[in-house]
Amino acid sequence: MAENTYQWPDASKRKLIGKRMNRVDGPVKASGRAKYTYDLVRPNMLYGDSVKCPYAHARVKSIDTSAAEKMPGVKAVHVIHGPDDGAKGEVFWAGTDIVAVAAVDEPTARDAVRAIKVEYEQLPHLVLNDKEPNLAEAEKSELYKVASKETVGDPNSAFQQSEVTHEGYYGSPVITHCCLETHGSVAEWPDKDHLFLHISTQNVPGIGEQVAKAIDMPASNVHVHQDHVGGGFGSKLGLDPWGVAAAQLSKKAGGVPVKMMLNRATELETAGCRPSAYARVKVGAKKDGTLLAWESYAWGSGGPGAPGSLAIPYVWKVPNQQKQYVGVVNHIGPSRAWRAPNHPQMCVITMGALDDLAAKLGMDTFDFVKKNIDLLDPRSKIYSEELDVANDLMQWKARWHPRGDSDTLGIPMEAISLQIGDNQYPPDSASGGSSTIGGVSSATFRAATDAKRQLIAKVAPALNAQPADLEVADGRVRVASDASRSLSWKEACSKLGAQTLTVRGTNPGEGDLTNSGVGGVQMADVSVDTETGIVKINKMVAVQDCGLVISPKQAESQVLGAMIMGVSYALYEEKVMDQTTGTMLNTNMDNYRLAGIGDVGELVVRLMTGPGYDERGVIGIGEPPTVSPGAAISNAVANAIGVRVPFLPLTPDRVLEALEKAQGEGGRA
Amino acid sequence: MSDQDSPKDSGISRRKFLKISAITTSAPLVLGPTVLEVEGQEVHVFGPGKVPIALNVNGKRLTANLEPRFTLLDALREKFEVTGPKRVCDRGTCGACTVLLDNKLVYACSVLAIEAQGKQIVTTDGLAPQGQLHPVSAAFVDNDAQQCGFCTPGFVMATKAFVDKHPNATPDEIARGLGGNFCRCGTYAGIKGAVAQLSGQQQKGGA
Ligand code: FES
Ligand code: FES
Repeated sequence: MAENTYQWPDASKRKLIGKRMNRVDGPVKASGRAKYTYDLVRPNMLYGDSVKCPYAHARVKSIDTSAAEKMPGVKAVHVIHGPDDGAKGEVFWAGTDIVAVAAVDEPTARDAVRAIKVEYEQLPHLVLNDKEPNLAEAEKSELYKVASKETVGDPNSAFQQSEVTHEGYYGSPVITHCCLETHGSVAEWPDKDHLFLHISTQNVPGIGEQVAKAIDMPASNVHVHQDHVGGGFGSKLGLDPWGVAAAQLSKKAGGVPVKMMLNRATELETAGCRPSAYARVKVGAKKDGTLLAWESYAWGSGGPGAPGSLAIPYVWKVPNQQKQYVGVVNHIGPSRAWRAPNHPQMCVITMGALDDLAAKLGMDTFDFVKKNIDLLDPRSKIYSEELDVANDLMQWKARWHPRGDSDTLGIPMEAISLQIGDNQYPPDSASGGSSTIGGVSSATFRAATDAKRQLIAKVAPALNAQPADLEVADGRVRVASDASRSLSWKEACSKLGAQTLTVRGTNPGEGDLTNSGVGGVQMADVSVDTETGIVKINKMVAVQDCGLVISPKQAESQVLGAMIMGVSYALYEEKVMDQTTGTMLNTNMDNYRLAGIGDVGELVVRLMTGPGYDERGVIGIGEPPTVSPGAAISNAVANAIGVRVPFLPLTPDRVLEALEKAQGEGGRA
Repeated sequence: MSDQDSPKDSGISRRKFLKISAITTSAPLVLGPTVLEVEGQEVHVFGPGKVPIALNVNGKRLTANLEPRFTLLDALREKFEVTGPKRVCDRGTCGACTVLLDNKLVYACSVLAIEAQGKQIVTTDGLAPQGQLHPVSAAFVDNDAQQCGFCTPGFVMATKAFVDKHPNATPDEIARGLGGNFCRCGTYAGIKGAVAQLSGQQQKGGA
C-alpha cells in the first residue's frame, strides 16, 4: 500500500525512529576534520579586526585612519560607526565596533587597529541592574519602561484569607551565550556583484537576505555557506555588524576573502546575553497548602532595549495575582534569544518563592506541588506522572527532611522544581526556538513520504501492479500480496531514468506531526560547604516529556547538555559589569566560568515515551530542560543551608553572605 | 599543562630573556634565528620580522615564514590549515587547542610556533589516517560526546593522553584529569561514557 497521508508509523512498524543511533556528523567532528567558519583559510585571505568603543555610552566625534592606511600589509579600512552614523554617532555599549581593518595577517591587523585614532565624547551610562527600581522615579525616567499593573482574581482578599504568607527576593543576573566558536564570517566577492559569505550562524536560510539588505544588493546575489556551527544557543540568528564589515572590507580590498572572527573578550562583552530578572515576591496559602495568592514587583535589564515583562508566576495558574514589572534600559551589549528566552529566569523566581512558602508551611515541596497540581493545568497529569518517576530516580521521599531539621549543615539536601518548555514559537527555517526537531523531522518525513509515493507510481508498471498494491520494505519495493514480485531499491530508482525526484518537505503542512508545550520535572541533590560557601552538585534527575522521541541518544544528550548548562548558570555565570568604567570585568574564560566535567555530578535523564506521549508527535527538546536547573539547584541549596541565597549564581560569597545574614537574624529559617 | 615540568624545553627563561633583550634589538634585521651566547649557553633569537620556521605536524614537515609572535595554534590553523585544534579562549583556559608536543599535552595557544620546532606535534586530525577513526574519537561518537563539536577535538586529545595514563580512572581522576577542557554544549556525560568505554568498563547511561 502506498501511503497517501502523513502519519508517524505505529510503534510496531518503526525501524529507525526511537533506536539508539550515533550522530551522523559525529565522526567528522570527533576526528577534528569538521570545518567551521573559523577554520576556513581561503586563497589570499586577509584578516579583519576592529577598533572598539571603550565607553558604555558615548558619541564618536572624529576618526583618523590615515596612519593605519599607510601601514604595510593593511589592505582595507572601513568605518562602521562614524560621527554621522545612528543618532549622531551615539554608541550604547562598550565594545561597539567603530572601524574595521583588513590586513595580511592578524598581528598586522591588530597593529593597524592600534594606529587608528578615535575621539569620543563620553555620555552618562548605567550598566547595573540588581537594585530594585523606585516605581515613582521609574515612571519619570527614560531609562525605565514601566509595564502596566496586572491583576488576576482578587489578590487583596486572597491574601487576607491566606493563613501563611511568605515574602522574598529572587533573581538571576545577565549572563552571556559564550559560544565556543565566536561570531564571525569569511566574506569574498567572486565578482563585483556577487558576495560569497561563510558565516557562523543558526540561520543559513535567512542570513543572506539580511546581509543583502544591509549592503543594498539583491539577495539572490548573496551565496551563504556553512558546514558546521560551533554553538549558537540563540545568539546567532540575526545579522551582526561583523558579518557586514567583512563583506565591506573584502569589497574594498578588491574582492579577496576577509576573515573576521570576534575575539573572546568581544564575544563575551557584545555578542549576546540573557537578560536579568529580579523580583520581590509575596505568596499566600492556606494551612493545608492550598496556594491562594501571588504578588510580585519584578525588573530586569539586557541592554538598550529593555526586556519585556515576565510571565510570572511561571506555569502556575495561581487564582489571585497582582503583578508589576519595570524594564531597565542599560548600556550593555544587547540581549538575544538564549535557549528558552526568559523561562529559566521566571522559573527561578517562581519556584524559589513557592519552595520557601512550602518550607514555611512545614511541607515537603513534593507534597505542596501535588496538593496544588490542578493549578498546573493543562499538564497536571503529565507533571504528576513525572513527579512520581523523578521521586523513584532520586529517592526523594526517602531522603527529604524539613528545612528546620537541617541544622547539620553541609549535608546533601534535595530540591525539586517544575518546568515547562514553551514551544509556541512559529516553526521557521532557522535553528532556534527548539523548532529544529519539530520542523526538520516533520518536513523530512513528509518529503520522504512524498518521494516514496512518487517512486512507487513510477515503478508500478514494471511490476505489473497498481501503485496502491506496492509497499516498501527491507530495501525493496514489492507487491504487498506477493513478495516474490519485487525490485531492489536500486533497480526501482533506475526506473526513474535521468529524472531525479526532488521533493521539499514543508512545515506546517498536512497531518498533525508536531505538537508543542511540554512538561518536565527536575530534582537536584547538592552539598554545601558552609566554611567556604562552595556548592557541589551530587546528582540531578530530569524527567522530561517531549512527545515522540525520534533519536533517543541525541534527545538524552540535549537534556544532559541543558542540565549541564543549568549547572553553569546556577553556580558560576554572570556578566559582571563595572559601573565606574561601564565595561564588563570578566571578559575571559578564567573569570567567565563555565561548569567543567568535575562540576556536574551524576546526571540521570528519563524521557517520558510510549502511549500517551508518542501520539503528540515530535516536540523540540533543546530548550525545555534548560529551564529548571537554576531553580532546582537554588532550592536544594536553600534546603541544605536553611536559608535562601536570593540571586544566582550561587557563588561562595553569596552563600556565605546569606548564612551570615541568617545567623545575624538569630537563626536560619 | 604546558612545559613547566621540564624547563629545558622552553630554551630560555624569562629572566635571561630580559637580560639579553638589549642585545637582540641591536642585532641586524636578518631572516632566521640569530645565535647568541647567554650564560655559557647557545640561545636562538628570532625576529623581529618574519623568520622561516619548520614544524613537524602529524608526521609531516611543514614550513612557513612567520613573525615570531605567532602561536603554535595560529601557525597550525592559519598557515598550515591544520584546524582540529580550535581557538576559543586564546589564553590557556579552555583546552580547545590541545595538542601533543613530543607526547606531552599542551595548549597550542600558549606555545609559540618557534618553540615547537624540532618536536613531534600531533593534533586530533592526525590521530588516525584519513577515512579512519581513532578509538578515542570512535568512543566519543558512540557516546554522543559531541554536540556542536567545537570543543571536541581538544577533548579527544586530552582524553587520549588521560586514558593512556589512567586506564582505569576513577570519577575523581576524570574530574581532575579532564578538568582543563570546557564544553559549552554540555557533553560531559557523553565524555565520561567515552572514558568508561575506553577503560573497558560497563557504560553507565548518563552517569
Ligand atoms: S584556546 Fe587554547 S586553551 Fe583555550
Ligand atoms: S560540543 Fe559544543 S562546546 Fe562542546
